[in-house]
Amino acid sequence: MNVTREMNIKNKPLIISDGCCIQYGDSSALDDVTFSISEGKKVAVVGPNGGGKSTLFNAIAGLLPLAHGSLKIKGMDPHEAKGLVSYVPQKDLINWNFSLAVKDVVEMGLTNKNSFNLFSRKKINEKIKDSLNNVGLLHKVNENINNLSGGQLQRVLIARALAQNADILLLDEAFSAVDVGAQEDIMQLINSINLDGKTVLIATHDINNLEEKFDEVLCLNRHCCAFGDPSEVLTEEVIQEMYGSHNEMFKNHFKNNHRVTNDN
Amino acid sequence: MIIEYILEPFKYDFMIRSIITAASSGIMLSALGPFTINRNMGFMADAMAHATLPIIAVGVFLGFSISELGVPASIIIAFFLGYIVKNINIGEDTAIGIIFSSFFALGFVLISVLDVTINLEDLLFGQILAVSTFDTYIVGSLLFIVLSVLIIFFKQLLFFSFDPIGAEVNGLNTTFLNYLFLIVLSVAIVGSLQTVGIILVLSMLIIPAAAAKLVTKTFVNSIRISIVFGVTASVTGLYLSYFFNLPSGPTMSLVATGIFILAYISNRLINKNTANLVPIEEET
Repeated sequence: MNVTREMNIKNKPLIISDGCCIQYGDSSALDDVTFSISEGKKVAVVGPNGGGKSTLFNAIAGLLPLAHGSLKIKGMDPHEAKGLVSYVPQKDLINWNFSLAVKDVVEMGLTNKNSFNLFSRKKINEKIKDSLNNVGLLHKVNENINNLSGGQLQRVLIARALAQNADILLLDEAFSAVDVGAQEDIMQLINSINLDGKTVLIATHDINNLEEKFDEVLCLNRHCCAFGDPSEVLTEEVIQEMYGSHNEMFKNHFKNNHRVTNDN
Repeated sequence: MIIEYILEPFKYDFMIRSIITAASSGIMLSALGPFTINRNMGFMADAMAHATLPIIAVGVFLGFSISELGVPASIIIAFFLGYIVKNINIGEDTAIGIIFSSFFALGFVLISVLDVTINLEDLLFGQILAVSTFDTYIVGSLLFIVLSVLIIFFKQLLFFSFDPIGAEVNGLNTTFLNYLFLIVLSVAIVGSLQTVGIILVLSMLIIPAAAAKLVTKTFVNSIRISIVFGVTASVTGLYLSYFFNLPSGPTMSLVATGIFILAYISNRLINKNTANLVPIEEET
C-alpha cells in the first residue's frame, strides 16, 4: 500500500502556540503569536528580516524562553521536547573553518550529551549511510564539506537532521545562497521527508507559489500577521503588514494571482 | 660518533627532565591548537597566558611553586575569562583586551608590592632547563588530563565548535562544553609556562596547528599532524638550544616557525601543481 500525504496528516496538533511572546532584554522580538500545526504538515514561515522567523524556531527548539503565553510540542514545553525537534540553522551561523568530512557532519546528528568517543562505530556508520542515502549524497560520504556546492551542503545538514530521527524538522533559510535548480532539489527532498511522516517548518523569503508547495503558511512581522492555507491567507493586507513599503515588490503574489505576471 | 653526539644530552638528568617536559608541553598545546585556531581563540589564549601573572605573584608570595599553582590558576582564569567575555556586551576582543592588559599590569604591580622573588625573564620566555622532577610529573599529569578530556569529549567539542546552535538543540550542554574547553586550554597554557613562558606559549599553541592546517585537508588529521609538529618543534628546539647555547623557549618557537614556513611552501607548491587538475564539482 502506498503511503499518501493525507495518511500522514493526522489533524492531531503537534505544535501549539498560544499568545507566545519572546523578548530580547526589554525589546519584544515576537508578540502574541498563536497557531496550531498538526502532525505531518509542511509549513512555510515567511516574513521580513528581523520579523522573528529564527526567533520562533529557536523557541520551538527550546533555546529561548517565553516572556508570555505558551508553546507546547506534543503537550510538552520545548526544553522538555528537545529530542522531538531537529534544527538546520542558517548557514552563516556555522563555523566553516572546520574542514570536516561529510560523514563527520552527519554523525553530529547522532551526537548527544551521552556521546563519548569510546564506543563502536559500526552502528554509527550504518546510520550515517542511511541518512546520506536519503538525501542522495551517499557517494560523498568521505568528501570534504569545503568541496561541496551550497545545495549539497544544505542536503548534508538535512541528512544530519534526519540522523537525529526527530518528528519535527526546522529549516532556517533553507533556500538562501543556493541556485534555482538546487532549490527545487531541496524542495523535492523536503517533500519526500514530509511523505515519511515528518512535520516540516521552513523559514523562507520566497513567497512564490506557496500554496503549491506548503499546506500552511505562518506570516510573521514581530507578531503573527496570518496563519493558515496559503491560498487563503496571503492577502494584500497581510503582505502589506509583513513587508510594509516594499509591498509593491510582491504585487503579483496575492492569492489566485500567481500566474498573471507579465500579463498586466 | 654522530650517535654519541646526538645522545650526549641524555647523559644529564636535567636534560632528560627537560626533554620529557618539552615533549609533554608540545603535545598538550599542539593537540588543542586546531580547535583554538578554527574557533578564532588565539587572542583569548594569549590573554589566558598573561592573566596568570598576578596569580603566580600571589601564589609564590604564599609559598607555592609555579607547578603547584597550575591547576587552580587554570580554573580561575578559565571561569573568569569565560564569564567576562559572555556577559559583558562590549565585544569579545575588547573584553579580552581589557583583561589581558590589566591582569598583566596587575601582575607586575603585585610582584613589586609583595616583593616576590621571581625571575621575570624566565617567566616571560621560559626556563625549561630548571625543571625539577616534581615539575616533570606535574606537566605529565596535566598532559594526561588534557588528552583524556580531548579524547572522551571529542565528538561533543567538535559539534559544539562547528555548530553551537545545532549542538544545543541536540541536547548538548554547551555552557559546560565551553568552560570545559577553556579549562583544558588554560591547563595546557599554565602547564607550559616553564617550557616556553608567558609570551611565547602562544607560538607553540598556534603555529604547529596553523602549519598542520596547511598540509592536510581534514580537521581530525590536522590534530594528529599538529601534535607531530608540536613535539618536533619543542624537542628539536631544546636540542638546538643545548648544542648552540641558545635560550630554549625562543629556539622552540623559532623551530615551530621554520616548520610553518616549510608547510606554507609545500602548500603553495602542491596548489600550483594541482591548480589545473581540480575537477569541477557537479551538482547532483
